[in-house]
Amino acid sequence: MTELALASPRVWSGRRVVIGALAVGALAAIPAVASPFQTITICYGLVFAIAALGFNLLLGYTGLLSFGHSAYFGTGAYVVALLVKYLGVASMELFVVAGILGSVVVAGLFGVVCVRYTRIFFGILTLALSQVLWSLALKLFWVTGGSDGLRVPTPTLLGGLGGPGADKVEFIAHRYYYYVLILFLVATAAMWVIVSSPFGKALQAIRDNETRAEFVGVQVWKYRWIAFVISGAFTGLAGALWVPLNGLTTPDILYWPFSGRIVFFTVLGGFRTFVGPIVGAIAYNYLETYAVGFTVYWQLVLGIVLVLLVLTMPTGLVGTAIQIFERVRRARRP
Amino acid sequence: MSLLETTAITKTFGANRAVDAVDFTVRAGELLALIGSNGAGKTTLVNLISGLLRADEGTIRFSGKDITRQTVNQRIRAGIARSFQLVNLFDHLSAFDNVALTIFARQGKTRSLTTLAGRDQAVADESMSILKEFGLAPKAPTLAGGLSQGERKLLDVAIAYALRPTLLFLDEPTSGVSTREKAPIMDVVTSIVRSGNITAVVIEHDMDIVFRYSDRIVAMHQGAILADGTPDEIRRNEQVTTTLIGTGETA
Amino acid sequence: MDTLVTQILNSLFYASILFLIASGLSLVYGVMRIVNMAHGNLYAIGAYVAAWAIGLAGAELHVSLLFVLLITGALAAALAGAIIEPMFLRPLYRRAEEYQLLMTFGLLLVLEDVMRLLWGPHPLTASALSEALGSISVLGATYPTYNIFVIVVGALAAVGLGAFVYRTRFGVMLRATSQDMRMASALGINVKRVYVQAFTLGCLMAGLGGAVVMPISGAVLGMGVDALILAFVVVVIGGLGSLEGALVGALIVGFVRTIGITYFAEVELAVLYLIAAVVLFVRPAGLFGRA
Repeated sequence: MTELALASPRVWSGRRVVIGALAVGALAAIPAVASPFQTITICYGLVFAIAALGFNLLLGYTGLLSFGHSAYFGTGAYVVALLVKYLGVASMELFVVAGILGSVVVAGLFGVVCVRYTRIFFGILTLALSQVLWSLALKLFWVTGGSDGLRVPTPTLLGGLGGPGADKVEFIAHRYYYYVLILFLVATAAMWVIVSSPFGKALQAIRDNETRAEFVGVQVWKYRWIAFVISGAFTGLAGALWVPLNGLTTPDILYWPFSGRIVFFTVLGGFRTFVGPIVGAIAYNYLETYAVGFTVYWQLVLGIVLVLLVLTMPTGLVGTAIQIFERVRRARRP
Repeated sequence: MSLLETTAITKTFGANRAVDAVDFTVRAGELLALIGSNGAGKTTLVNLISGLLRADEGTIRFSGKDITRQTVNQRIRAGIARSFQLVNLFDHLSAFDNVALTIFARQGKTRSLTTLAGRDQAVADESMSILKEFGLAPKAPTLAGGLSQGERKLLDVAIAYALRPTLLFLDEPTSGVSTREKAPIMDVVTSIVRSGNITAVVIEHDMDIVFRYSDRIVAMHQGAILADGTPDEIRRNEQVTTTLIGTGETA
Repeated sequence: MDTLVTQILNSLFYASILFLIASGLSLVYGVMRIVNMAHGNLYAIGAYVAAWAIGLAGAELHVSLLFVLLITGALAAALAGAIIEPMFLRPLYRRAEEYQLLMTFGLLLVLEDVMRLLWGPHPLTASALSEALGSISVLGATYPTYNIFVIVVGALAAVGLGAFVYRTRFGVMLRATSQDMRMASALGINVKRVYVQAFTLGCLMAGLGGAVVMPISGAVLGMGVDALILAFVVVVIGGLGSLEGALVGALIVGFVRTIGITYFAEVELAVLYLIAAVVLFVRPAGLFGRA
């Protein structure tokens, strides 16, 4: 399998640090050099990247393919909207904490049901449970606003910046962008520590060989559940960060095609690498924003690209890039 | 007192009594070979003792304690480990990580989400030293899926060994490997087992290997123990030679 | 008394549709060990194509002929299956399982939008058919005859499929391949051909289900995923890979849903999931499933 040929991480450290620093620098410079529209687009991309990181903890590192991650994204978003509706909260910090807590609870419950079962059942169970949430969001319209959804005004950052009165575009393209960027960097660092920890290694062992993992003393179900909850937390954080950007939350983000998007951009970037999902999310969001003007059959395009990816480029953009790089490096050696 | 003993242990699959009221003992410090034709019940017996299967009847005692109802995890903590006939590795982790992960699990460190696995020097050193003992040190960074069959077999045993067990079950450690590579594998395994004071039970089909390396041999046939003795005794046992060796069991 | 009769008939009606969808899913899994995420959309294709064909034929044809056109739905789904398996699934058999799920999910997205592209966002229907048969009196209750027709189709399908799998030579090859693919291949069975035929048959059943239910509930976008989830519940209860399981599961789900709708309309889906969860807990392989 070509995936096995991927280089061992140690070889890359120096180069990786430089690339990473450049990327962070580039992201930080965006509001200064790009138009507000482009900045906002990248902001959405960063939010989806956080969701992708969470999702890939399950897929790439634990071997569990979830088709229901919209449930946690949507929980994060709706918790924020409900805080606004019922408690008049405007603090972004509270939104973030509440969004994460809400999705942890939902992921904890759903996880208990889902992680007991094999990959196929797992996938469809996650899908089914997210559909239950979606239908609740639609039916309980007196709480959730039904298909109209709930509005969320501009939040207050750090107690003072922004707030419902501020100029929205200016706020999002600058202050909120940096807020999201910082949380994105924190989330990325946290996820990197998690996957590099002994726990992370145990997850990968479970992914590779469930029986053997059991036979070296790793409690498979328990660890899968913990990974499920962490995954839900990250995706819920993304949902909470997304709502102020969008200004509105509707049941659409709980509906299964949204889970499909998360699957898609993670696979697009490459689910067997750490940064693949990040790249995939940002690239995807960029494409979607510009291409949505061309066709209403965006789902068809996604489906076709996914089929082609699986057939011809299973390691995704980043994975394939690494393979090409490796091949060039090997060819250069005398 | 024996390290492990089963009393009337039984496992039935439908109409087939795979393991039929077997009284099996293992003495501390010995290297015991478990032989028998395919379907004799050897792997099933090991599966019962290691916890992969639950016994229908009978008991298993380990170091005097009844472990019949214990989970796999509990048995590992008690000191029982096993390797697998069909190699069972973590293919997308390096050989180094395969062993390191096992050490982390043994030490209960896999609960930790906030420390970096790569920073744990003690575990890294132990992992490399185990790999060295098994002759796999040069292949430490190679992904397990990319190793040769012989190397994979050794790594499979190395993982079980990394659990620092008291009792180690090796299920056909030399099967699927070229004749040339068999003896080196057994040499490594026996020296490690002897120097580490580990009791080992080896399921093996190759009679040369069995007679050369084992202290005691237990022969199974159709779910029951046929014979039990030293290599010389077994060689002279006509029942065994006709049912097993006579049918051309030598590799 | 007549409500009881109606309930029973409704359950059977529902079970028939479920059996048609779930049997295909189970068959494909049993033979090829693949769960086709797009299976529900093949059911939807059956509904759409049948609706379209009947719409085309319009009012000129006699209603009885329109019934025959329902088969076009089944055939369209079968044709799709015959193309999908060799082109998109066969290259993945040696790869990790995730890729099969991703591929069939990709196909799900494609099919969903293809249906929207071809037939637009509004539901298609052919209620002329369901109305044409009127109602019939069964044990004192008045019941739509079309629903009886559906029950008959479902029953015939169950019998037919059972006979096919257990009595024909092809069925023997199917069962041999599903039990041990390598052995079957070594015995000279053309496994590739069995696979594509099994997949096509599974899609045919799903398409038939969609075609047959369409005059009542129409061809709607999103019906595919709903069907997939329901088929999954049936198959969890009955056991993945078992035809008897699909039948029993369909009957159980059919009855539970009918009772559920009468008394707990809102939580009907939850009750189903609860049953599935209980079955998974007690017997993870399902009632008839293989471990």
